[in-house]
Amino acid sequence: MEFLVASAIGATTAAGIYLILRLRTFAVVLGMTMLTYAINAFLFTTGRLVVNMPPILHGHGEVNVADYTDPLPQALVLTAIVISFGMTAVVVMMALGAFIEGGDDHINMPENDRIMPPLKTIDDPKQTEDETA
Amino acid sequence: MNHLLIAPVLIPAILGPLMILWMRHDLLQQRVFGVIGSLLTLAVAVKLSAMAAGGDVYVYRLGNWSAPFGIVLMLDRLSALMLLLTSVLAVIVQLYGIGSGWDRKGWHFHSLWLFQLMGLNGAFLTGDAFNLFVFFEVLLIASYGLMIHGGGPMRLRAGVQYISYNLAGSALFLAALGTLYAVTGTLNMADMAERVAQMPTEDTALLRTGAVLLLLVFAIKAAIVPLHFWLPSTYANAPGPVAALFAIMSKVGVYAIIRFFTLVFPQDSVIETIATDLILPAALITLTLGQIGVLGTRSLARLAAFAAIASIGTLMISVARFDAQGLTAGLYYMIHSTLAGAALFLVVDLIAARRGGDFWLRLRPAIRNTGLVSALFFVAGIAVVGLPPLSGFLGKLMILDATRDDPWMAAIWATILITSLIALVGFGRAGSILFWKSHEMDPEPGNDTDEGQRPQPGPIPTKLETDEPIQDVDDSAAPWLSFTATGMLLAGTVALALFAGPLTRYLQDTADQLTNPQLYYESVLRQQEGSR
Repeated sequence: MEFLVASAIGATTAAGIYLILRLRTFAVVLGMTMLTYAINAFLFTTGRLVVNMPPILHGHGEVNVADYTDPLPQALVLTAIVISFGMTAVVVMMALGAFIEGGDDHINMPENDRIMPPLKTIDDPKQTEDETA
Repeated sequence: MNHLLIAPVLIPAILGPLMILWMRHDLLQQRVFGVIGSLLTLAVAVKLSAMAAGGDVYVYRLGNWSAPFGIVLMLDRLSALMLLLTSVLAVIVQLYGIGSGWDRKGWHFHSLWLFQLMGLNGAFLTGDAFNLFVFFEVLLIASYGLMIHGGGPMRLRAGVQYISYNLAGSALFLAALGTLYAVTGTLNMADMAERVAQMPTEDTALLRTGAVLLLLVFAIKAAIVPLHFWLPSTYANAPGPVAALFAIMSKVGVYAIIRFFTLVFPQDSVIETIATDLILPAALITLTLGQIGVLGTRSLARLAAFAAIASIGTLMISVARFDAQGLTAGLYYMIHSTLAGAALFLVVDLIAARRGGDFWLRLRPAIRNTGLVSALFFVAGIAVVGLPPLSGFLGKLMILDATRDDPWMAAIWATILITSLIALVGFGRAGSILFWKSHEMDPEPGNDTDEGQRPQPGPIPTKLETDEPIQDVDDSAAPWLSFTATGMLLAGTVALALFAGPLTRYLQDTADQLTNPQLYYESVLRQQEGSR
């Protein structure tokens, strides 16, 4: 089981990293999602993999720790899922905004971030936008 | 337990949403309550600093759960110092945001500002590693909103890069925390520190991996080369006041490095000097690259951004030693570079607002208030480059002094001194293009009135409820407030130089406290009467 989970996490991470390195926002968002899946699964395994054990103590009297699974990673994963889900939504909105305002979905900054435009264009917002498009 | 400890997190956390719910359409109310929120936080930070100056470590147990199980906040001299620095900066820069009219160019500026404060304050106060991650996310989410405040294609694109980079950073953070939890079985920093100290050396491969992963995460936040690539575009495209507030955001990374690598992974623990070995060369390259960027860039905003990178480099050179003297000098430089860097961003914004949003370093006719603005730029330049008599000079002197016995001393001294010269030339070039040569050009007739009507070229202003066209930043707002705010930050660097003696003594105490982890074990783990 450990091998299966570990290789699944590894493969997802690799796919995520590959996609993050692409130059289009869609691929990057997809890669980010895969990466967060992988990380969540990884966090889940940090409490060691056990099957069919409850995370919450029940009953009184003597407690044998081996009869339980570690509850903390589950709480951490929950937090991590919520945060990464929200963040993915934010990055999708931002990517959409950049696509609509900037005209394309490239990750790289357009040329006029590096190259000084002649004085005329910067005073004329319309022309600058046309160039970006 | 002192409930004041959680106030810096709670005040913005309560005021921020209330402002969104109740006064979304009323900018004046937002301004009033936004400033009140920041001022309250400042007052609490002052009180907490006075408490922490005594040398105790105060612990706040959330829900009153006993330490390794519940989340703790802890206040020591370092957190108090960072809180105070953050709230001073936040109040001043928020006033600039009001004075320059930036807060009316988009929605919810002041709420986001408070959320940002909440994240920053929480990150400085928390004593729990996973909680640190959560507060990092809070401050990042707020910073995403602030960074694209005002909109515009370039800013949004830079925002996408910024978010992507930081999301990857967050994933790495989780991986690091997971690794550390798997090895130590705890997320409480003091508890983790104690377990790391007791761990037999042969079982620590995973632990060292976790430590280095964590170092990478914080290096991303602090923008240490080669993980700095997000910074120039982000800072250069962010609105001026937001970029100024971001001056403290990169310091969060530095703070986290100091916190973790003095408390959890000190040099006498299993990871030995791995942090120093990695950070010192990276810091030297960061400094060099930043200062060359200052000289090489053709955009005023990027000049300020590269100056911020260079300041992180200088700071990390000193911090990388992780001894009392290095930390003292590093902390002094951290306070200085936060104030000076923020002031530089504000001056750049003042200049750009008077050039119709043109950030490029090229000849244009002389701007309005050219005398005052150029004086501010001159002082900010002196502070950032580190010339006497301002605090940058003292800070660099202290760093040179702290690294006198270092085996890398020759490299460190050469890098700091030579790159200071490079930055000096860079700032001199920028200043002469902006202010001296502009006098040789004929002012365009009617330029001033023209510019008032023209929309901003880069950011496309979004309106609030009113339908009146948003005018030039300078005309729509209170320029005196912008100037006062910028002047206050610069006055801060003067005060740093004037009161360097008492401040250094306080920072020495801070560094001594940091290098004595027993105090933290004692306060967080041992003295737990009354908790469940």
